[in-house]
Amino acid sequence: MNAKGRVHKFGDNVDTDVIIPARYLNTASHKELAAHCMEDIDAQFVNKVQEGDIMVAEKNFGCGSSREHAPIAIKASGISCVIASTFARIFYRNSINIGLPILECDEAAREIRDGDTVSVNFDTGVITDETTGKTYQAEPFPEFIQNIISKGGLINSILS
Amino acid sequence: MGMTMSQKILAAHAGLDEVKAGQLINAKLDMVLGNDVTSPVAINVFEENGATAVFDNTKIAMIMDHFTPNKDIKAATLVKQTRTFAGKYDIKNFMDVGMMGIEHALLPEKGLVGPGCLCIGADSHTCTYGALGAFSTGVGSTDMAAGMISGKAWFKVPSAIKFNIVGKPQGYVSGKDVILHIIGEIGVDGALYKSMEFAGEGLQYLNIDDRLCIANMAIEAGAKNGIFPVDDITRAYCDGRYQGTPVEYTADEDAEYDAEYTVDLSTLRPTVAFPHLPENTRTVDEIGENEVKIDQCVIGSCTNGRISDLRAAAEVFKGKKVAKGVRCIIIPGTQSIWLQAMHEGLFDIFIEAGAVVSTPTCGPCLGGHMGILAAGERAISTTNRNFVGRMGHVDSEVYLASPAVAAASAVKGYITDPAKV
Repeated sequence: MNAKGRVHKFGDNVDTDVIIPARYLNTASHKELAAHCMEDIDAQFVNKVQEGDIMVAEKNFGCGSSREHAPIAIKASGISCVIASTFARIFYRNSINIGLPILECDEAAREIRDGDTVSVNFDTGVITDETTGKTYQAEPFPEFIQNIISKGGLINSILS
Repeated sequence: MGMTMSQKILAAHAGLDEVKAGQLINAKLDMVLGNDVTSPVAINVFEENGATAVFDNTKIAMIMDHFTPNKDIKAATLVKQTRTFAGKYDIKNFMDVGMMGIEHALLPEKGLVGPGCLCIGADSHTCTYGALGAFSTGVGSTDMAAGMISGKAWFKVPSAIKFNIVGKPQGYVSGKDVILHIIGEIGVDGALYKSMEFAGEGLQYLNIDDRLCIANMAIEAGAKNGIFPVDDITRAYCDGRYQGTPVEYTADEDAEYDAEYTVDLSTLRPTVAFPHLPENTRTVDEIGENEVKIDQCVIGSCTNGRISDLRAAAEVFKGKKVAKGVRCIIIPGTQSIWLQAMHEGLFDIFIEAGAVVSTPTCGPCLGGHMGILAAGERAISTTNRNFVGRMGHVDSEVYLASPAVAAASAVKGYITDPAKV
């Protein structure tokens, strides 16, 4: 599995309140949530994002609330992958459970710039910044988590 | 090598003699929690995947607290969906308006969590129950759905940071000041993926409400859980209340910690977290007179909506008035706390001071309802997060503090030391 897209770059400690503000949590509709994705940190994000784009952020991405609405909004907005130096733990779990690909790679997260074109190979964990030509190696998922992903998410893995 | 307290609880629930940090395990759950925002997402996952039964209808709690009493039609629809599901599967601990309280005040109070239990909740502040010697952590809605179906969850066994609590707190220093101080020291990702384990002789000065407040905000340091050893204070609270069988786990003498910190309660001062992160802390001594004017004061939430918190606020408000131009909203955490506060006469003090008292709700804490801020407005709040736009407009500000500091600031109209009121 691979992803390739244009980068939307964010900094440290992007919290789930700015990813999807609580005023929009009165719905569970993926489409409605996507319409407000990143609204309180970049009001223009939803107008700029294209299907397949990649989000890159620095440390502690997704901190705060456990709202699964946050990775749902990101995935439904068209983002194909999130790369960060580190993820907050509930966001990390939720992303795996709903099938939003995420990769931890500090060097890539710090060096990749907004607007770069980046490709990701999920099997090898290799991230390529096609704008600069530089490649990075992300930590692969442990086998236990790969098993959840390969079965199509947590629920399928427990029901199978 | 020895195990931490958190590791021992995880090992016991995974049916293992020993676990190590980093190990991935499946463990049996004693309680699965959701609220009116997260349960509907879990219910959708449950139903879309064709599940037809819950693992145990007594071990699931659905607490309608975030946007209730329903703030709008969409919120009402989500609660209705949850109510219908709870009826269909006979969920014993579905709590609607009239029974509900703020989930993390309510579950301990009702004895649904207690020493040694393993709990997951689709709410990040589920880490609160570590105050009772439980392993308890926040997850998402898909984990909640999986837990409702299977009674199990996967965990990566955390390593831990140990906080050795010593000394006796002075003056207005409370559990809130302890945890704000710690987050100020280690940062909002200072305990990322780890347990925060509290120990030491200073714990004798932290009552159960202080401990619930401290464990509640472990997530604000990125922690997986916060946990306190079980002692006489825990037993006094849980005996005759906890519906399960309490099991007291203790960390091994040779348990390994990634880091150890000593927190001397006698040196702490009332502490405030400035926008827009809980790590941006200053003591009240570092805030100038009249420096931070406020428009609103919120006293409540899963962090500080308990009876000790309301008493601390009332002590400051007694015989005083909320400053002109400040709205002060007080939100008792549960129906039982509400009644107790009323019987103790605290509401007379609040109302005479010019504050309002709300029914239990998470409400303004997450910018839901019951006290939303306009652009340019500032609130002092006893809640747990001061992120951008958390209580309303993206250009509003939230300052986090204890009930005593919040009440004192409401009286003065700017953030201040309660000793100066």
